[in-house]
Parts: sequence; structure tokens; C-alpha cells
Amino acid sequence: MKFFGYLHFVATKIFNRAQIAEEMDEELLSHIQHRADDLERSGLTRQEAERRARIDFGGQERFKEESYEALGGTFLDTLIQDVRYSLRGLRKSPGFTTAAVLTLALGIGANAVVFGVLNALILRPLNVPHAATLWGLQRGAQQAINHSYPDYLDLRDRNRSFEALAAYNVTSVGLDRGNQPSASWILETTGNYFDALGIQPYLGRFFHTSDEHGPNSAPYIVLTYAFWHSHFQDDRAVVGRVVQVNKHPFTILGVAPPEFRGTILFVFPDFWVPLVNQEQVEGSYFLNERGNRDLLMVLGHLKPGVTPAQAVSDLNSIGQYLEKTYPKDDGHMTFTLARPGLAGDWLGGPLSGFLTGLMLLATLILLAACANLGSLFAARAADRSREVALRLALGSSRTRLLRTLFTEAVLISLIGGAVGLSGSVALLRALSVWQPLPTAPLTIPVNADANVYLVALLLALASGFLFGAVPVRQILRTNPYEVVKLGSSGRVGRRITVRDLLLVVQISVCAVLVTASLVAVRGLVRSLHSNFGFEPKNATLVETALNMAGYSGDQVPAMQKRMIDALQTVPGVESVGVVDRLPLYYGANESNLFTDNTTDLRPSNAAATAMLYTVSPGYFEAAQTTLLMGRMLTWHDDKNSPRVALINREFANRIFGSVANALGRYYKMPDGSRIQVVGIVEDGKYASLAEAPQVAMFLPIVQSPSSQSGIVVRSHRDQQQLAADIRNKMRDLDGGLPFDIRTWSQELESALFPSRMATLALGVLGMMGAVLSITGIFGMAAYSVSKRLRELGIRLALGAPRTEVLQAALGRAVKLLAIGSAVGLLFGILASRVLAFIVYQATPRDPLVLAGVVLAMSLLGLLATWVPARRALSLDPLILLREE
Amino acid sequence: MTDQAQLLPGTLDLLILKAVSLGPLHGYGVLLRIGQISGKALLIEQGALYPALFRLVRQGLLKANWGTSDNNRRAKFYELTATGRKRLREETEDWNRLAAAMGTALGAQPEEV
Repeated sequence: MKFFGYLHFVATKIFNRAQIAEEMDEELLSHIQHRADDLERSGLTRQEAERRARIDFGGQERFKEESYEALGGTFLDTLIQDVRYSLRGLRKSPGFTTAAVLTLALGIGANAVVFGVLNALILRPLNVPHAATLWGLQRGAQQAINHSYPDYLDLRDRNRSFEALAAYNVTSVGLDRGNQPSASWILETTGNYFDALGIQPYLGRFFHTSDEHGPNSAPYIVLTYAFWHSHFQDDRAVVGRVVQVNKHPFTILGVAPPEFRGTILFVFPDFWVPLVNQEQVEGSYFLNERGNRDLLMVLGHLKPGVTPAQAVSDLNSIGQYLEKTYPKDDGHMTFTLARPGLAGDWLGGPLSGFLTGLMLLATLILLAACANLGSLFAARAADRSREVALRLALGSSRTRLLRTLFTEAVLISLIGGAVGLSGSVALLRALSVWQPLPTAPLTIPVNADANVYLVALLLALASGFLFGAVPVRQILRTNPYEVVKLGSSGRVGRRITVRDLLLVVQISVCAVLVTASLVAVRGLVRSLHSNFGFEPKNATLVETALNMAGYSGDQVPAMQKRMIDALQTVPGVESVGVVDRLPLYYGANESNLFTDNTTDLRPSNAAATAMLYTVSPGYFEAAQTTLLMGRMLTWHDDKNSPRVALINREFANRIFGSVANALGRYYKMPDGSRIQVVGIVEDGKYASLAEAPQVAMFLPIVQSPSSQSGIVVRSHRDQQQLAADIRNKMRDLDGGLPFDIRTWSQELESALFPSRMATLALGVLGMMGAVLSITGIFGMAAYSVSKRLRELGIRLALGAPRTEVLQAALGRAVKLLAIGSAVGLLFGILASRVLAFIVYQATPRDPLVLAGVVLAMSLLGLLATWVPARRALSLDPLILLREE
Repeated sequence: MTDQAQLLPGTLDLLILKAVSLGPLHGYGVLLRIGQISGKALLIEQGALYPALFRLVRQGLLKANWGTSDNNRRAKFYELTATGRKRLREETEDWNRLAAAMGTALGAQPEEV
């Protein structure tokens, strides 16, 4: 109440300022009149009496001012005065203001963007009720996020820690709404998925556990709001409609609410289907295979009162039971929990590491900006020392001066913050609607929320006070008498000042940024030129899944052969081959493998885990993977002939000791089948560019059919025309089969995407750092030259050599630059370890990077000292001496 | 004029409260009243009265209303509020204690020590 009373009072005071002043005038005048009346009575004329009364009263204006202050509530009043004064001052020096605002806008903008991404991807939980208790399950030391369906059932039914455990899987299907079929990304989920998450339908109903009655018993789909909006035009009559999913009839049950877009942050699916219909959806049914773990992500809400640690020990005891009960299928079964949404720690770990590192760098940028502004402010304060001295001499209090100073600093930081924030909000919005990869449902949902605004505001205020505080000492120590007597030139201190330190800090921060961005750029360049184990140039990809058009069983390899044969007849095509999943694309298949003499095929006895590809004859030719020894696959490697495989060099070296030793030898798959090695190919990159050499095997597609088909077409023809010819051929073969055509280089975008983004982010930060250090050094050098103009002029006049003058003028700046760069380089080398997570072969010990940093910093220094140096040399001593 | 004593800091407020406690007064009236009750022994700068008056109003010790003076002029009249009366009582007691103590202290003779 009291507070509101105060506010009311202050408001009245501000808005009725004129009235209050008038009343005060009237009261003082009344006093003087009364006094004059008395004096008149004592015999003076009226005129003389009034004159005397006024003199007796004393300084009217001063008492009026004091009375006004006595009224109280002056804090806001003074603030408004200070703001007005600061604005006036800032308007008078537009150069300074623009530089300061832009510097801060960059600093705060960078922080807001990075924090916005961090906030959206790491800090903000999935958009489901009670997200704090929602956890995903990870298995084993490698923190695998995928589990098999039988394992999931055991975990679901035996645990005592979770309200419910649901499982889901990302896949793509062909959807036919009565016109041309199109490919859709979807989530296959267990029946309890929506109930376990606590989501309510926007329209119609969801499917439940009660809808599941064995394989293909629940042909239902639930649409996302966005897909319903874009593909069904918000038609509320859509509930109950039957559509074709991979040529099977599915009934639309309902629509999910707009804010729920699945349980993986990066993937916005089009709709959900029950997992029990896996055979119709994926073309094959794996739900009864306990060993098939590349299948399901599992998540659920903890029961109230259960801690994550308790849940983990509960899960681990189930794991022990599973190990004992199913020794053949279940290896080491330990569990950990991870936040769902980022595919567990697999993606979440490096991503949060990288984003935290980026946040750190962004904070450094802001710090550098503050250091920059701090020295600008100190210089400004030094230049205004006469004004300050005058104000002090006229009776202004130091507190009041400091208050004015901070008002100016905070004002600048708020304006800068507002500019930076509006820029970053726009950038975040653009990021959110951006679909970086045309083929994948990848999105970066990072719209700014209240947290981002709050952080930006806090940063703005904090930096305002930070750089505003730099000249405080200077003002507190101002001795008006000395300043007025000496003039502004003063003495040039020989000791290390705060500003020197600030400059060193700033330069080292910038050197860190430059190092980091150079390391990232080098890494990217290297990864672009590294050996993938295939040649993306002049290769066109046709991607499809045959089950989308209803192919199954033996029809699949037959159709694949027909496609290969048809595409080979396209003019200009040199070779064609099929692979089930393209290397460096998401979700490679893996399989344990055993030496030929292993009889107990439990997972713990596996010799290695290999990347598993099924390929057609011609694939290696089309991909241009070099055959080191042995033979390629042929169409004769079919179901009637012995099982064979090609392996990579790493496989040969690790299992058989050498390439020569491997040819013709046998190894075993988890199902016990013996496979003969008929050829060895070069190593490649399979799961990610940054990976260490991996063991990989290539099985013939006829012996292990897969309806996933990535057709590689090698040709030197023009891409556009070739794509048109391929499209016609594919339509002729089967008009109902959805497929995508693009170049392999485009496809690789997805593999390079993380390091591209990292390089871009670091590059931008590095640029910012460079700009800041240029302005910082320039400011420092220009200021020190301008301060010592007279001294330098005298030196020149007395015949000092130009080099000496230069040294006197700029030696300090150059020295600081050298120290700062060295410190920054050191920290940059340490910081780059973080980068190694994302950027391929990011090593700061690269001589090129080191040389680059040193070169960049010296160039920056040269650039920034150039103008002041010229000014120092072009001094005309005569003019200079005449001036003062 | 020269025999008039300078005010100790902080005593102006107390004097104003005392003056006003004897009946509502306008600013000039307060000045006259202080002169009257102090036997013209205290020097008060006329203008300095007003910041003190405004401060006392803000603290809720005085309240002010416009009225007409004996000279038939418009003037702002001040009177004590309940809080003001209480404050006057407290400060008077404090002052008396202080004055007594100072008097004793300053009146001390060598033989009394």
C-alpha cells in the first residue's frame, strides 16, 4: 500500500510539476509580501520595502530547488533528468554512440542467439505435461538409445519405477490420400504412447493399448496438427476417413494438439501409427526378435517420489534378469536415463557440450565488447575531465556525477541490447522455419521465449554497469583545482592502467575466437577432402522403399534388379547399384560378428560390431569404392549359393590380421550362418565424418533382402536431364512407388550439416571478435596518439627520427597486442578440445592454424594502428604548438 | 544582529514544530513566532525555512492548507499533525536531556574532578 502511495506521489509530482512549482512560487512570494508589509509599516516606501524583503529572503532559486528536493521522490525525477541529459550528450557525439550501441548490439545479439538455441534444445523440455519426470532409456556403456521389442515388453512389465513405458520409432512410409502417393516421416508407437505422455486429442481420438491385438491389428493413424492443417485443410470430417499407407488401408482416428509434435526435437512427423502394424508400415516384422535392437526408443514418466537413481537400479536388476534368461540375445544389460528429445546423450551430449562452449565464447564476446566500451568510456571521461572538474567546483556531488555516468552507460547498453535482441529474435525465427535438409524432416525449433528476453535484459544491464564502472575511479579521484590549472593534457602514466589490462583481456578473447574459428574451418575443409570410401561427385541417388508400394519377400530383390536393369539403359549411365542404407546417412545398421570357431554366439563373445550394408552387384562400381583384393558381388550370389560377403580393410586387419589373410576365410553372423569373405574393399566413413576407422561388411542383397533401396547412378551427364530420364524410367516400372532423386553431394549435406553449422557459428563469432579487437586496438592507439600530440610534435620538431616517434606513439599498443594474442592463442588451444566433438579432426596443434592465428592477429593490429600511426607521423609541430 | 546565535544543525525542525504547536501559522508567521519565542536570539535565514517546512510535511509531521492571513493575503498555513505533536514531545525531552548534560559538563570545576 505504502509503495503504491509513493508511486502515486511520484507520479503526481512528475505530472504536476508545473502546478507544484507555481504553488511554491506563490508561497515564497506571499512570504516576501508579508515581510514587505511589516517593513512598510516601519516607515519604508512600498518599493523599498519589497526590495529589502527580497534581499532578506536570500537566494530564491536555491531555496526553491532545495524545497523541491525536500518534497521527496526525487529518485525517479533525477533519473529522468539524467536520462535527458545523457540523451542530449549522446546525440552530440553520434560517432561514439553508434559505435557503442553497435558493439553492444553485436555482443548481446550473439548471446541471445546462442542462448536461444541452448534454451530451446537443451534447457527447455519436450512440450508434454510434467516434462520434468519424463526420461528416456539408454543401454550399456555406449549409451545406445535403441531397444528391441521383447526387451521393451520386459522392461515395461517388470519395472516398478515408471508410470508407464512407451516406445517409438521413426520411419518413412508412402501415404496415398486418393491421389499421387507421397512419402511421409512418421512415428510408429506402442499403443500406450499418448496415454503414457498424457496428451489429449485435439480432434477425434488416439489409439490405446486396448486397440492392439497382435500383428497388423490396429490400422489406425493419428495426424499431427501441422500435417492435418497442410494436407487435409483443417477438415474436421477427416476423422474416420480411410487412407492408404504403403497400399494398406488405415483409418484416421484423430488429430493431436498443435503444441505436441512428437518426442524427438529435430523430427516433426506427419502422423503416428501403432507399432503392431510394423509389417505393413516397414515391410517386415521384427517385434518378436529379442536380438534386434536397432528398433525402439523407450521413454516414460517416473512415478511420484521415485528418483532417477532408484529407477536406474530398478532397471539394472531387470537387466540382470534378462542377461540370465536370454544369454543368447542379451549381452551386458545396464541402463542409464537421459532426457528424451535429443536421442539421449548420443546427440544431446555433444550438442550440449558444443552449445555450452559456444555460449562461453559468446559470453567472451560480450566481455570483450564491455572491455572495449569500458576503455571508450574511460577515454570519454578523461576528455571530459574539465567538464567534470567544473561541475565538481560548482558544487555537484560526486555521487550525482557517477549517477549520471551510469545512467549514460546503462542507457547505451539498453539501446544496444534492444537492437541486438530484435536482430537475434528475427534470426531465431528464421532458424525455426528453416529446413536445412530438403529430404529429411529436420527442423531446429528455437523460437525465442520469455527466458531469452530476460537473459538479454540482464546481460544488457550487467554489461552497462560493467563498462560504466571503468571510469569510476577516474572521476572519484578528479581534483578540480589540479585539472583546471594543468589543462587536460596531464601526464602520460608509465604504469599499467586498467585500460591496458582491458585491452589485453579483449585481445586475448578475440584471439581465442579467431583460433576456434580457424580450427573449425580447417576441420571442415579437411572433412570435405577426406576419403569417404565412395565418390559423391557425378553420382545421382534414387531413394525409395519398396514396401511403400506393397512389395514384400522375394518380390523385393526382383524389383531391385528390374530397377537396376532399367536405369542402366538410360543414356550416359556408366553404372548402377543398390544399397539398403547409404553410408553417412542417419541410422546405419549394425551387427555383431563372430570368428568362425566361436560356438557360443552370445553378444559378449562377439569379435566385433560391424556396420552392415546389403548391396547389389554394381554398387561398388557405382559408388567407386576401390576393391583391394578378391572379387565383386554378382547376381549369382543368390539364395541357392553359399553366403558370401565383402569386408573393408579395417575388418580384415582386425579379425584376420591382414588383407591378404582375409580372402576366402569365414566368419559367423549372430544367427550362426557362416559367411565367406570373397573380397576386401577400402575403408570409408559410415556413421559420421569424425569417426575412427570402423569395421564394415557388405552382404549381397539377394541373400539378405531389404526393401530400403538407395540406388546409386553414376554418370557424367547433366544432372537435370539425367534426373528427368530416371524419373520417367521409374514411373514406367511402377507408377505407385514414391521416390526421391538428388545428387550424392546434396545427400552428404546431412552428414556435413553439424560441422557446417559449427563452422558457421564459430566463423561468425570469430568475425565479431576480430571486429571488436580492431576497434579496441584502434581506439587505444588513436587515443594515446591524440593524448600525446603535443609531446610527439615537440619530439618531431627537435628532430627525433620517425621510427622513434612511431615507437613512442604506438609501442604500447603493439606490446599489448602481442601479449594478448599469446594469451588468447594458449586459451584457444585449450578451448578447441570442445570442438573435437563436432568438427572433424579439429586440432589446434595444426601449424597452419597456429600460423593463421598469428598472421590474423598481426594483420588486425596493423590495420587498427595504421590510421593513428599516420596521424602521428603527419604531425606539423608548428601548428600543434600554436594551438595550445 | 551580531548577538544572534547560529542554529545547531537539526534544531530548525524542532523550532518549527514548537512554533507551529502554538497555533497554525504561515511561513512568515513561523519565522516571526520563532523570533518572538526565542527573544530574537536565534538567526534563521529566511529562505532556509521552506525546505524544512516541505520536509516536515513530507514526513507527515505538519499539514498545510491555503488560507487568508491577517494582512488579507493568501498564504499557506501549517499545523501539527498527531505524529508531529508526538515527535515534538519526544524531541523536546531529548533536547532537554542533552542540554542538561552539556550544561553539567561545561559547568564542571577543577575541584569537582
